[in-house]
Amino acid sequence: MYPVIGTVLLFPLVGFVVNGLLGSRLKSEKIVGWIGSGAVGLSFLAAVVTLLQMLSVPADLRAQTVNLFTWITAATGTEGSLNVSAALLVDQLSIVMVLVVTGVGFLIHVYSIGYMHVDRGFWRFFSYMNLFIFAMLVLVLADNFLLLFLGWEGVGLCSYLLIGFWYDRKFEKSTTSDAAKKAFIVNRIGDFGFLLGMFLVFTTFGTLKFVSVSRQAMAFAPADPRIFWITLLLFVGATGKSAQIPLHVWLPDAMAGPTPVSALIHAATMVTAGVYMVARTSVLYALSPATMTIVAIVGGATALLAATIGLVQNDIKKVLAYSTISQLGYMFVAVGVGAYAAGMFHLMTHAFFKAVLFLGAGAVIHGMHDEQDIQKMGGLKKYLPTTYWTFLVAALAISGIPPLSGFFSKDEILTKALFNGSTLLWLVGFLTAGLTAFYIFRLFCLIFEGKPRYSAEIHPHEAPPAMRIPLIILAFLSIGGGWVGIPAALGGGNWFGRWLEPVFQPAASVSLLVPDESRVIEHLLMGLTFLLAVGAIFGAYVLYIKREELVKSLRHRFAGPYKVLLNKYYVDEAYDAAVVTPIVKGSQKLLWKWFDVGIVDGAVNGVARLFWLFSNVTRRVQTGVAQSYAVVFMLGILFAIWWLVF
Amino acid sequence: MSLDAHLLTLIVFLPLAGALLLLLVPSRSVVGVKWAGVFTSLLAFSLSVYLFVRFDGASAGMQFVERTPWIAALNADYALGVDGISLLLVVLTTFLTPLALIASWESIRERVKGFVFSMLLLETGILGVFLSLDMFLFYVFWESMLVPMYFVIGVWGGKDRIYAAVKFFLYTMAGSVLMLVAIIWLGVYAMQHSPAHKFTTDLLELYTIAPGIPFAVQTWMFLAFGVSFAVKVPVFPFHTWLPDAHVQAPTAGSVILAGVLLKMGTYGIVRFCLPLFPQATFHFLPWAALLAVVGIIYGALVSMVQTDVKKLVAYSSVSHLGFVVLGIFALTEEGLQGGILQMVNHGLSTGALFLLVGMIYDRRHTREISDFGGLARQMPVYAAFMMIVVLSSLGLPGLNGFVGEFMILLGSFKSPALGNIWFAVFAATGVILAAVYLLWMYQRVFFGKLENPANQSLKDLNAREVGVLLATVVFIVWIGVYPSTFLEKSGATSKSLIQFMTNARTGSVPGLAWTPAERRGAPDSGGEALK
Repeated sequence: MYPVIGTVLLFPLVGFVVNGLLGSRLKSEKIVGWIGSGAVGLSFLAAVVTLLQMLSVPADLRAQTVNLFTWITAATGTEGSLNVSAALLVDQLSIVMVLVVTGVGFLIHVYSIGYMHVDRGFWRFFSYMNLFIFAMLVLVLADNFLLLFLGWEGVGLCSYLLIGFWYDRKFEKSTTSDAAKKAFIVNRIGDFGFLLGMFLVFTTFGTLKFVSVSRQAMAFAPADPRIFWITLLLFVGATGKSAQIPLHVWLPDAMAGPTPVSALIHAATMVTAGVYMVARTSVLYALSPATMTIVAIVGGATALLAATIGLVQNDIKKVLAYSTISQLGYMFVAVGVGAYAAGMFHLMTHAFFKAVLFLGAGAVIHGMHDEQDIQKMGGLKKYLPTTYWTFLVAALAISGIPPLSGFFSKDEILTKALFNGSTLLWLVGFLTAGLTAFYIFRLFCLIFEGKPRYSAEIHPHEAPPAMRIPLIILAFLSIGGGWVGIPAALGGGNWFGRWLEPVFQPAASVSLLVPDESRVIEHLLMGLTFLLAVGAIFGAYVLYIKREELVKSLRHRFAGPYKVLLNKYYVDEAYDAAVVTPIVKGSQKLLWKWFDVGIVDGAVNGVARLFWLFSNVTRRVQTGVAQSYAVVFMLGILFAIWWLVF
Repeated sequence: MSLDAHLLTLIVFLPLAGALLLLLVPSRSVVGVKWAGVFTSLLAFSLSVYLFVRFDGASAGMQFVERTPWIAALNADYALGVDGISLLLVVLTTFLTPLALIASWESIRERVKGFVFSMLLLETGILGVFLSLDMFLFYVFWESMLVPMYFVIGVWGGKDRIYAAVKFFLYTMAGSVLMLVAIIWLGVYAMQHSPAHKFTTDLLELYTIAPGIPFAVQTWMFLAFGVSFAVKVPVFPFHTWLPDAHVQAPTAGSVILAGVLLKMGTYGIVRFCLPLFPQATFHFLPWAALLAVVGIIYGALVSMVQTDVKKLVAYSSVSHLGFVVLGIFALTEEGLQGGILQMVNHGLSTGALFLLVGMIYDRRHTREISDFGGLARQMPVYAAFMMIVVLSSLGLPGLNGFVGEFMILLGSFKSPALGNIWFAVFAATGVILAAVYLLWMYQRVFFGKLENPANQSLKDLNAREVGVLLATVVFIVWIGVYPSTFLEKSGATSKSLIQFMTNARTGSVPGLAWTPAERRGAPDSGGEALK
């Protein structure tokens, strides 16, 4: 039915293999770069073709499974036995993800040609990036949990390889490879939950296919404990991949990787996989109101706390990293209140504007010769005009200023949070919206406005065209990307929501939520959020441009909270003290030195020693002296006689 | 077809014949000796590939069976046969032996002839263990393989090789003495209870008799076999010979030791403990599973804090083999299939890890992690291979290790015999820990700046080394992406064994024995039963 969907996967895979094996021998950056970008570009075109085919059939025929081959079977023909295929589920949801991944991915690949220029690992970079695209596409196209998990861990691997791409560099207090390892291991902790969730799915439904699981789940009573545990465990996986509390700690460190990596993997695509997974299994979540509440609370808490940390960070990429964590929290609030389409909508618009912000940050870092501290920037507007304008657009979009894309998606989430969730949840989202606008314009002002604070030896310059053009295209998407989902309250048709409706219809049908909607309130909410965002932007402008001395006095007055925020609530330190150090020290001192070497091996060597001592004693018997043998011989005879007589 | 009729004998004794012919080659011609060894082992490999292709995966029973009276007094036959449980291990053994020989091309310089001779002898011993259908024959092979291994460690090993070799020898001997007693007891029991009233060590006949042994005796029998296998695996807490043996053994010795020798233990559990003593199996099952899970976590934690790369890999084997044992005792198709596949996976990944460690040891004569750092820049090809093998070992989906681990964990999660999910839950933490110890090692060896001056002139891998590693990587990817090639072969046998165990456990078909049909020669050559 969708004949070219296989090639969507094939192109990046081929790109990975070609650049991976031959890249070091292709001396030309141009060839390597265009193989890498071209592979993703072709993949995007194939995805567009698939979309067009999908548009040409009625809505209920759009979801199709494309079988590739049998992957793992435990025993053929046994009922209830493991039988997993490599099969793709092509539907309205996965095609949206495929288009975002390949589309944004292609632009970031092109950007990287400029950004990675003269790096000695140029070919390696493009090879890893193509592998990432491949794994991400497997993740979103998988028709079952296990294949999704392959993509899920595959993108984790690429993230690991790319965070540690400059493997011999320092990063903050440690190294890039520490950051990479941390990312992989924290993700593995999440994956532990995902694995268990998957096992429970299998024992409950006897299959791992999404379609079959959803169909069977419809017959389950709401709040079945099995469904609760399944969804909760799967969500543990999502907190790892999508950097939600308590597993959010890896994402800020992931900024050790090259900036295009941060844009593609740690902002636009991979980190949204958790949201996608919840959307993909929406029926299960809809059946478990308790998990939904947990998802929404975790999302809300993450959104708010990450935003507060973002207020005070001074590394340009750190601010954006916390912003990403916060925005992902928004998406979880959405899916947590059953607004799956809203979550996906924000996922898409966020991919656009956050990509611009990161790529813009990359252009700034590039133009400032690897400076990332925003305290040493300022006034870059006139040197980097394209970067300035695109960054401004994206900053307005993330702040939720109409009619830019972020406004519509954020508005939909906040509305649903109030209608389906609770007032408190809405309030958290509302506050976060204000904080978001504030920190992003703090960042913006400190980089582009005001007076230069960098040394006179640095001569900032604008990025080359390979970097500027993707920025411009993405900036336009940040403006218009939200127009596919203009809500009815503003006279739109929410085309995006209706497009996804067939995917989420089963979840809606089993959902216990009774939405309480009223259009008057929706207009009121929009107005409130808008005013808050404008106020926050103005506040940032005043504080960081007009009256800088106010910042200092505020920092002085709130020295305690400021320090806590600057140190990210000391979560890393707590984990180190409570988990990492005890395990390492305990394994070393207690398990290895004391138990393994001391007790177990000590016992073994002790037994050996005992035998040695024993034979040392018995050895004396064989003295070779005939007289002593004779004495023993006589004694023996006497003993035998004694034995017989008495 | 005459080749098919004696295929197994040919595979088992080809290395021995090669070893004997080797005696005619003068010791001076070192290259000739090496080539003769490699050639012989490659020939054995091609024969086992032929066996693999001809093997009928749809049939549960013994195939390519050969049987000749051997020791009349003991009623012992020379009987060989292959089924879905042993097939993959035979192929693995013949695959790893030539690799181990090629890998020691440069590193073994003393007494090359004796080394190649021992390695070929070892191969015959191992293959015999996997293919014997007579317990007496099995025991002969089991013990005979100890001698060449003892020499490989004791002669070509490291500084403390004698201590390690003796420890290895005694540990294993201590275990197998009990097994010999149990084998004799089984023969006597058969004499008393079988219709023929003959002393027998015929495995297939014992399959029908042994499950009827009274429960109290079964438990002792199970322990006698089980302990000797547990030492071999090694199951926690019988593992302390392993780090010593590995660290002291030469690369080829470690590859064979980790790659196939350890699997003789897990193979023995599947081949003997389960089908012969089903009731005792159920009795000890929670304890066996518990030791397996403890081994998984304990092995991983101790591995994490090692400072010697080879020791790190050795302890990781304790962890990985824990998965195999857990899978077996889950008594589900997923678990057993995963366990069998994981034996192969561990042979490939850990074999490759030892090959890799050997390559850097050849260059630097140290294995201390702290002596390295930043090697990725100096040796990119080496770093890339190490990365792939590390990923395979930590169970990355798409590579071999994941398929086995997933099936094992799923199998033990749903296992009615284990009765609860906690074994699987705790075992799954091993997946996190594997990432910790392997990536931490990788980071300290390959990442960071190349600061140690001794590392600055290191040469990257040569063509011979790349070839050896490439061979393993091909299978690492193959099994990860398309495991069906291999799972198909072990499917029917696993299914029938699990069915037997399930019936025995639930008591639905009392008095049943696991008696898979036995066939002479290849599947299409008639397939008439021998008896």
